[in-house]
Amino acid sequence: MEIVVLLKQVPATESLIGIADDGVSIKTDDIKWVINPYDEFAVEEALKIKEAHGGSVTIISVGPEKTTEAIRTSLAMGADKGILINDPAVTGCDGLSTARILAAVLKEIPFDLIIAGQRAVDDDNFQVGVAVAEFLGIPNISMVIQQEIIESKIRCHGTIDGGTVILEAPLPALFTTQRGLNEPRYTSLPGIMKAKKKPIDIKTLADIGLDADRIGKPLTRIVAMQTPPERKGIKMITGDSAQAKAVELVRILHEEAKVI
Amino acid sequence: MSQGVLAITEQLKGVFRKVTYEALSEGRRIADRLNCDLTALVLGAEIENISKELNQYGADRIIVAQSPALSEYLTDAYTTVIADYITKEKPAVVILGASTQGKDLSARLSARLNAPLAMDCVAVRFEDNNLIATRPMYGGKILADVALDGNPQILAIRPNAMTIANADGAGSIEKLDTDTGSIVLQVIDKTLDTGKVELSEADTVVSGGRGMGGADFTVIEELVQLLDGAVGASRSAVDEGWRPASDQVGQTGKVVSPNLYIACGISGAIQHLAGMSSSKVVVAINKDPEAPIFSKADYGIEGDLFEIVPKIAEEVRKLKG
Ligand SMILES: Cc1cc2nc3c(=O)[nH]c(=O)nc-3n(C[C@H](O)[C@H](O)[C@H](O)COP(=O)(O)OP(=O)(O)OC[C@H]3O[C@@H](n4cnc5c(N)ncnc54)[C@H](O)[C@@H]3O)c2cc1C
Ligand SMILES: Nc1ncnc2c1ncn2[C@@H]1O[C@H](COP(=O)(O)O)[C@@H](O)[C@H]1O
Repeated sequence: MEIVVLLKQVPATESLIGIADDGVSIKTDDIKWVINPYDEFAVEEALKIKEAHGGSVTIISVGPEKTTEAIRTSLAMGADKGILINDPAVTGCDGLSTARILAAVLKEIPFDLIIAGQRAVDDDNFQVGVAVAEFLGIPNISMVIQQEIIESKIRCHGTIDGGTVILEAPLPALFTTQRGLNEPRYTSLPGIMKAKKKPIDIKTLADIGLDADRIGKPLTRIVAMQTPPERKGIKMITGDSAQAKAVELVRILHEEAKVI
Repeated sequence: MSQGVLAITEQLKGVFRKVTYEALSEGRRIADRLNCDLTALVLGAEIENISKELNQYGADRIIVAQSPALSEYLTDAYTTVIADYITKEKPAVVILGASTQGKDLSARLSARLNAPLAMDCVAVRFEDNNLIATRPMYGGKILADVALDGNPQILAIRPNAMTIANADGAGSIEKLDTDTGSIVLQVIDKTLDTGKVELSEADTVVSGGRGMGGADFTVIEELVQLLDGAVGASRSAVDEGWRPASDQVGQTGKVVSPNLYIACGISGAIQHLAGMSSSKVVVAINKDPEAPIFSKADYGIEGDLFEIVPKIAEEVRKLKG
């Protein structure tokens, strides 16, 4: 089973996010970078499938040089090799152009199964994994919490609004992860040592036969960024008893805020 | 020339989802601005009867793609039918709800049509004649304005973010001959929670965290029932096994934007805030006056939730008579 994980490096969620001087990107100086949490679920699930069915796990990422850190971490978890597409043109990419790059890489290598995160927690786009499946002409199943490979098919439990659905697709296929799928393993010291010798192949767009000029012109553009408006500040509800506080809260919610 | 606004509807258990009315209402506002028609596209197996009501939200045309093959949402079948329709009719704007289904569908449509997509929009406006979509990024820490170049412009709108407005549309119903192409996905089984208000669509969410101290959420459930809302939970409460993962609010859970969010026994970690910070009114109940949630709430009560929440329920019950 040849398994591919699409992995993005993102700011750790506890990072403070500030808007850069250009007004359309974020300040990156003080950020701690981590594997996108949903992609960490993807790495873990890929390793589980490899343990059960044999094969290998390849990590593919599009990003700057420092992305090798995130790839190295997933190699330390147990993945076999990494491919990084690092090209100045990718900084302007939107979800669709990123997906196009990933699909171009995938067209050159064997795969039975691709696992992506449901979303990257920086752009929160929910787009790249599904778009990669479309570009490759393979089925996708979104928001998966459980999977089972039965011969040449994959059966997935996906979460939908208001319930769950069990879907089956022939391989090769792509699925995206949802919390509940697994608990990612920690890296071990021997794992970290082994990872140092595992290959990470770094390529440019030209190396994979893509035209940087075209890829660098995305269909969606961020034209401005703001931080969301702050709340007016809290009003603490006081009173002599729980009862008194409850009376006052319900009065405010009903009469002033008009939400009940 | 691309023209017109197309709203793609979504139904659950034979009724349209609330986000469908939001998509139609926003679609109507965009159509008025562009001075063009609003078309609603309904896919499903037995939908003709329910489709008529869409004219109340301003649909000029209601296109019904009815086929047994469309009875359940399947990415491949739905994408093919909708993409073929769009290729033929060339709408300028396509709008749909960013539900789980809508996210999957819009991502696939955008790739198939090579069309720009703004996912999970919370607002749409025009600058000169250009459409600008506002969408949260970085777990809601940033709001980005996005311009879309290309056709059609696809807008997947966040549930509960846009207002529903009634408008009279001509609402003529037309049937669409559907060709789903070859379908490789297969539904093996589907389970729906019965009688519950879907968390991401609820007007009121009452969430419990580690402060609940155990799996007994009765005090919260009682209040939720009175307010016709949904129960949410922090990740700690889910990790403890007190609540199902589908109740989790936050960065690795659901994003909710109800009118009223009541956080009970939740400290207010940044990953939790990522899932509820766009709620209109936030109430925090916590026995620790220093809990960070208080700095992100509109109203706060310091105290034991087990004493306070039942009293709130009592007051709401009185109010509702
Ligand atoms: C990658 C990543 C993703 C994450 N994703 C999420 C996510 O999606 N959602 C999420 O919620 N968290 C998420 N977390 C976890 C998050 O960081 C916090 O650990 C979690 O939200 C804490 O949950 P809590 O507030 O219930 O518990 P605690 O932080 O333990 O807070 C419990 C609160 O209850 C109060 N309390 C106790 N007893 C009572 C009582 N009787 N009455 C009133 N108040 C009481 C306490 O004063 C305290 O403030 C994530 C973390 C990471 C690293
Ligand atoms: N630059 C990237 N490199 C590799 N994979 C990516 C990249 N961007 C997104 N992905 C994958 O696509 C998923 C969804 O990302 P997004 O559409 O950006 O929210 C992520 O969880 C990754 O699995």
